[in-house]
Amino acid sequence: MILVWLMLILFIGGLAAWLAESRGAEHPRSVALVAIFLDLFIVILMIFAPEIVGIKSPLLSIENLQGDWLVLYQSEWINRFGVKFLFGLDGLSLLLVALTVVLGLVALGAAWGEIKERSGFFYFNLLWTLAGVIGVFSALDLFLFFFFWEVMLIPMYFIIAIWGHENKQYAAMKFFIFTQVSGLLMLLSMLVLVFYHFESTGILTFNYFELIGTVLPENVGIWVMLGFFVAFATKLPVVPFHNWLPDAHSQAPTAGSVILAGILLKTGAYGLLRFAVPLFPNESMEFAPIAMALGAISILYTAKVAFAQNDLKRLIAYTSVSHMGFVVLGIYAWNAQAVQGAVMTMLAHGFSAAALFMLAGGLQHRIHTRNMDEMGGFWGVVPRMSFMALFFTVAAVGMPGLGNFVGEFLVLLGGFKANVTVTVFAAMGLIVAAVYSLIVLQKVFHGENKNNHIMHDLTYMEFLCFALMMVGLIWMGLYPQPMLDMAEPTLRSLGVTFQ
Amino acid sequence: MSSAAIIDLLQLIMVTTTTVVVMLVIAFRRDHGLINALTQTGLLLALLIPQLIPQILPFQVTPLLIFDDFSALFSSIMLITAMVIVAMAYPYFEKKHNHNEEFYLLLLTATLGSLVMAGSNHFVSMFIGMEMLGVSLYAMIAYPVHSASVPVRPMEAAFKYLIMSGMASAFMLFGIALMYASSGSLEFSALAQSVSSRATEDLDSIMLVGLLLLFSGIAFKLSLVPFHIWTPDVYEGAPVPVTAVLATMSKAAMVAVALRLLLSAQLSSIGELVTALTVMAIASMLLGNFLALLQTNVKRLLAYSSVAHLGYLLVIIIAAAQIPDLLSVEGAVFYIAAYVFTSLAGFVVVNVLSDASRELVELEDYRGLLWRNPILAAVFIIVLLSLAGIPLTAGFIGKFYIFVTGVEGELWTLLTVLIAGSSVALYYYLRFIYVMLQSTATVADDPALRAIPTGSKLVMAVMVAFIIVLGIYPAPFITSIQQLAASF
Repeated sequence: MILVWLMLILFIGGLAAWLAESRGAEHPRSVALVAIFLDLFIVILMIFAPEIVGIKSPLLSIENLQGDWLVLYQSEWINRFGVKFLFGLDGLSLLLVALTVVLGLVALGAAWGEIKERSGFFYFNLLWTLAGVIGVFSALDLFLFFFFWEVMLIPMYFIIAIWGHENKQYAAMKFFIFTQVSGLLMLLSMLVLVFYHFESTGILTFNYFELIGTVLPENVGIWVMLGFFVAFATKLPVVPFHNWLPDAHSQAPTAGSVILAGILLKTGAYGLLRFAVPLFPNESMEFAPIAMALGAISILYTAKVAFAQNDLKRLIAYTSVSHMGFVVLGIYAWNAQAVQGAVMTMLAHGFSAAALFMLAGGLQHRIHTRNMDEMGGFWGVVPRMSFMALFFTVAAVGMPGLGNFVGEFLVLLGGFKANVTVTVFAAMGLIVAAVYSLIVLQKVFHGENKNNHIMHDLTYMEFLCFALMMVGLIWMGLYPQPMLDMAEPTLRSLGVTFQ
Repeated sequence: MSSAAIIDLLQLIMVTTTTVVVMLVIAFRRDHGLINALTQTGLLLALLIPQLIPQILPFQVTPLLIFDDFSALFSSIMLITAMVIVAMAYPYFEKKHNHNEEFYLLLLTATLGSLVMAGSNHFVSMFIGMEMLGVSLYAMIAYPVHSASVPVRPMEAAFKYLIMSGMASAFMLFGIALMYASSGSLEFSALAQSVSSRATEDLDSIMLVGLLLLFSGIAFKLSLVPFHIWTPDVYEGAPVPVTAVLATMSKAAMVAVALRLLLSAQLSSIGELVTALTVMAIASMLLGNFLALLQTNVKRLLAYSSVAHLGYLLVIIIAAAQIPDLLSVEGAVFYIAAYVFTSLAGFVVVNVLSDASRELVELEDYRGLLWRNPILAAVFIIVLLSLAGIPLTAGFIGKFYIFVTGVEGELWTLLTVLIAGSSVALYYYLRFIYVMLQSTATVADDPALRAIPTGSKLVMAVMVAFIIVLGIYPAPFITSIQQLAASF
């Protein structure tokens, strides 16, 4: 039940924030802050004092090699289709839920000074997106999963369409249509899977545990797997389904970009890990070389495209696709190091991308442009902000000692065992990453302040958010073992072989 | 006639009595409010009668009408729709101050016609019901034409509908005659015998031509491509409450009778018919959605979207050949119920913004509606999301049913077209939503700032509750339509 509360708090908090607007434009954000803090408190309890909230300890379950579920919640929903209200958390889900809540807090910090108009509806959408994402990370009934998959979409659409920048209609629509259409393909695949399961067992169910291990006819299985893959690959995104992302990210308000890059992309990776591969192990292994190649292409192609951008947010958006390529590579390499690396990359990229978008958004808020050609020499103007930019850029590039390095290194290590050629190409991505990142720093923070932009440095709120993410990245980089331990039982139970 | 028959007929008798009473009262006293209230009361009583005096179901009353759970549910849907229309008509016509009362007479006869259709399992009652509905609609579409402030559109629309619908009726009659010549009976179930007895050999060509003619007539009423040409023009020209009748009541009644015909005559075993329906479904889904892209008029947009929606519904009907009847009835009933109530809610919003002298139906009229009138805009956004089939709404569960039946019937082509069509549909629904989200400058005498009539508020609350509850917790409703399908 504690798990359901995690979402309910956000749903109710969202409604309360909307209603609170009538008492003054400042109230919604306070309501949202309280709701997210409550959630954060619960998540902290779940990790460090699990007995209080009545779940199993995520830190001790390493001995339990069956990948036990920390907590499961089930109740009836639509019996007609065997659809149940089935939620569960294991180490992996808990890590991602924690990421969601922390980045939710960061997004709130980003919106704090930026969103002045219609703030009630904004925080309503923000909290409902977060609730939808937590639902996605914990739903274990396929119908329920699809339900949340779509639920997180609508508030995000509103966030881009109402508070976005100059080309918001195009961006919001593209985002929605890409996700929705690929989602329908997934729904179709789900139903085919359920239908075949029903044919062979006589039980109509969408329950993940029962559907796992369903054997599909050879010519059907690959199509069904592809249905899932396309949905997740669109969200992740992987070239050639990445087209929506640069628009959505660059047009969204800062808080929207933070959530999109930090959390929503991770739902795609989570879907691959939890559903696409374990539900169709054989088909996925057949498909793995292609998926890994797509991952490598994503890494190199979008890195190249990023290099050509002069819109700061678009550039960061493309680098996101590039980094997500490592996640695909890791997942489809499907060995212990690679998948662990994919999980670490998901977490670390969540922080680094969120921070970079927040910087870009902060700059845009201050000087009303995202065009890097008009920037320059900001180090002298906003030293604290510039330092943060330096830190998170080198983190994203994969500086040893920070989280992204651990993730990407493990992916390459594991990938090398699975497919040497592809991995060699993917590894070149690290070099290209250094090139485009340094260009950003060069153009924006060094050189000459051509337009004599004057702006204020980071506010306390922004500084706190950056500091939080900084600590997170350093922790992941220096001592990632607790997170690897938390994820390991899950990965074992999903079928990854550990030595 | 037995007492059981009388009890079952009470609903129809009630509506008929109301019609007569309303007619007599108009003769003595022209009072819009009074007539409106009388009609509303009559319809409400008709809706409640089965609750007060339990009907004996199923029961065949004369060879023409059957009363069962299926007809009972559809009758309730029709009556609720009629009540919503009555609630819409009052504010819409009130400002005109002349001869608004006969509208309710026409509405009552239209309702009567659709009730007959819901209970018919005989070609004669089907045709009577259809014509009663159709003839009332001709007059209703042209109703505001005597008002000076209205352009000639209603007349044009009424004529279009009259001519096209007359032609469709003629096709149907000819089809029915051919089928009668072949099978020797006008009952739906008698058709089944002649269909199944010929299952081994080919169906004789007279029967087949008859069936195809009949279904072209049905397709006209459901505005399926290629019989959809009238839809946007008539929707646009008719006054808003009448457009709502066209979009909901007349569609639901036709679906009810078509579904009963298909299942009790086991027509889905006829390959040629299924092929024809498949072609119509694909064409409706694609053309309906693509043409909707070009519209900036809300009524025309909803017209094309209804073409597409009936195309989606056809997928369930086509799947009936491969899947249990139970599932297809269940899916179709759920889909049409969700569609009817969703569209009704949409028309109520348009109606609040319009009256007989001026209708707000251009896309631009809705710019910034969320900030000008949050309630109306919120309702409309929910309606559009439900029409687009997004979760949390009834439309999603309806679309889920289509996917379920499509997968079970293994109709891969249709499902692919469905996905393509829905993605196109998303574009125009989202464009509409987007317009409502934008900021705008305030204008003087903004109709959106007028107070919403209490009746409309109530109706919107009920409809939105229906859409959301069915989207989040559809289990009870599904259980009840399952029982209905089982008794079929």
